[in-house]
Amino acid sequence: MDMFTEALERIFQERATTAVIRHIEGGGSSAELWSDITASGYMDVLLPENDGGADLTLGEAFPLFMLAGKYALPIPFVQTVMARGWLRAHGQAVPQGAIAIAGPEAHCSDTGGLQAPGVAYGAVADWVLGEFDDAWMMLPCDAAVKEKGESRGSQMVDLCWTSIPKTAMVMEKPEVVTCAPAQLAAAALAPLLAGAARQVLDMTLTHTAQRKQFGRAIMQFQSVQAQLSVMAERVWAMRMAAQLVCNAANNVPSGRLAAIAKARCSEAAVTVADSAHALHGAIGITEEYDLQLYTRRLREWRRASGTETWWACYLGQDVISETRGTALDYILSCTK
Amino acid sequence: MTIDTLDLAFIPEQDEALRGPVRAFLRDEVSGLPANLRARSWMGFDADFSRKLADRGWLGLTLPKKYGGAERGPFARFVVSEELLAAGAPVSAHWIADRQSGPLILKYGTEAQKQFYLPRISKAEAFFCIGMSEPGSGSDLASIRTRAVRNASGWLLNGSKIWTTNAQHSHYMIALVRTSGEPKDRYQGLSQLIIDLSLPGVTVRPIADMSGDAHFSEVFFDNVLCPVDALIGEEGNGWAQVNAELAFERSGPERLYSSMVLVESWLAHCRKNPSPGSARLEAMGNIISWLTVLRSLSIAVTAKLARGESPAIEASLVKDMATEIEQAIPRLIADVIGAEPRIVASAELRRVVAYLEQLAPSFSLRGGTREIMRGIIARGLNLR
Repeated sequence: MDMFTEALERIFQERATTAVIRHIEGGGSSAELWSDITASGYMDVLLPENDGGADLTLGEAFPLFMLAGKYALPIPFVQTVMARGWLRAHGQAVPQGAIAIAGPEAHCSDTGGLQAPGVAYGAVADWVLGEFDDAWMMLPCDAAVKEKGESRGSQMVDLCWTSIPKTAMVMEKPEVVTCAPAQLAAAALAPLLAGAARQVLDMTLTHTAQRKQFGRAIMQFQSVQAQLSVMAERVWAMRMAAQLVCNAANNVPSGRLAAIAKARCSEAAVTVADSAHALHGAIGITEEYDLQLYTRRLREWRRASGTETWWACYLGQDVISETRGTALDYILSCTK
Repeated sequence: MTIDTLDLAFIPEQDEALRGPVRAFLRDEVSGLPANLRARSWMGFDADFSRKLADRGWLGLTLPKKYGGAERGPFARFVVSEELLAAGAPVSAHWIADRQSGPLILKYGTEAQKQFYLPRISKAEAFFCIGMSEPGSGSDLASIRTRAVRNASGWLLNGSKIWTTNAQHSHYMIALVRTSGEPKDRYQGLSQLIIDLSLPGVTVRPIADMSGDAHFSEVFFDNVLCPVDALIGEEGNGWAQVNAELAFERSGPERLYSSMVLVESWLAHCRKNPSPGSARLEAMGNIISWLTVLRSLSIAVTAKLARGESPAIEASLVKDMATEIEQAIPRLIADVIGAEPRIVASAELRRVVAYLEQLAPSFSLRGGTREIMRGIIARGLNLR
């Protein structure tokens, strides 16, 4: 791990403890955690040095994004960092504050309002970046009506604006779109899912080593080993999928890779969460035990901004509608 | 945890440059064959085809020039293999020798063995098979009973091997045999021999499979006298050598593209026959996204091989997942074809589906079963 990543991990360990997560999830303020991490300078890592940034590429920032998943960070660190880089790459001003990103659910309602249902981190964001019937916008959350369509502790909310607020930033859409806001939303969730899944695997390994039944640690049973092996496979694949989408020029991920990463990470998230709970037994579903902090997020982030089926269909359409080239050509084009 | 992180890696440009010439060659040689023949790929035997590849310098890519190789490394082999498999080229004649017997001889062989075998492998003049499973030893490989006893003139070999891919077409078998001790001694006392399959006392009996092919055989050894220098590597070190070899066997593109001819045929079918349904989109998206991620994992393992590491556990992890998607492809595509009953798939496409449905169970058997792979991963997780 490089020094940059180590330093951020220390900040997360000290500031984003599970007590802090529970406090913010319960409706407590996220302002202190936000200002701690903002003060560290990490929100601007993708910006050029003369802009106060660290001039990292998305690929170099990838380990930082994984950490945010590993620590179930209750503020939109990955989304804000990625959106700041993306805004900058599109020649836009980069506002202060936490940015959430709306997925393919964002749309204009019949009455002229703007709706962004089920936005990950919508409860703790200052801005929502999204595409509303062809218009790219940054919308201020303080002007939105928020409704929670989720269970206890969730930071996913529905946001609704009755009209375009005065403080909204309306962007001009480029002629060639590499990565629309919905794809950026998917790209940001991939490393979060991968990081949280890795943490869930580690917790399950620890638990199955300590828990004894029939006179031995349950990890010694072959059926448990097989489940843990499959979890590890999925976690390794999720990390690769997330690293692929972060391998991008100019801080703008490829739309295809965003689809690939979100599809694979979403599907695997369910397998990992299900196996973790099966192997933890009843303790895993208690509020007190930390596993739920991660598995709730795995399932929410899977549903946010398009599930595996949505992104698989998107990708399938993209492959079939190409008039030339083989399936192998398509795969190669994604991994150049 | 002893499973290494698999980081995104890329094929170097000079190796990527091989893709164009290989593709042009395959367009002339292979693309005209019916898809159900191409679907056999690394089960398809054609010695002349392998010699044509050798003439172009595309065999022995990982072997040194002084032994007739191209001295290019694992990435070059990855590119050539990927193109051969995706096109459905009949590569089985040289496949095993090029993938693992050559590297094994390079690593453990004497100078004389290297000088004898490696140039022949690079010229597609020596085809190899691997003798591991026996009638009573499949996944429990350490229980093998085939025995070689050292006498004044060499190794006297008795026993049998089974499910040996390509034995009926091969010149040599690298076999894991017992050279001392008893089956209860497990990993102790095992050695590897290079067996000349033309020796007296060797009987090869092909076994028909359910698709009508005979790609594997049973091989009997009845008092076969192998020369002293049939031993490869160290006597008693066979288990360790076999495991090092398996890192080459388990990580490559052949664990990814066994159903690729079907993917390509079905993609062409979908483009030609539009459908408003979403079933095909979902299946296509799932297949492409899985293959993209697994290809990157396979390249990450290849990068480790290129650095001289022996990533046996990581290779097992990739193999288990990759064979899962290889097996899922015929199932998913068959379902979508049936879900679009008014868009009739050509007989050729349906033959590919039917053939792969029957071959697919072998994807997770060959090279070590799913259960063995998961056991290896469990060891990597320090569970055993």
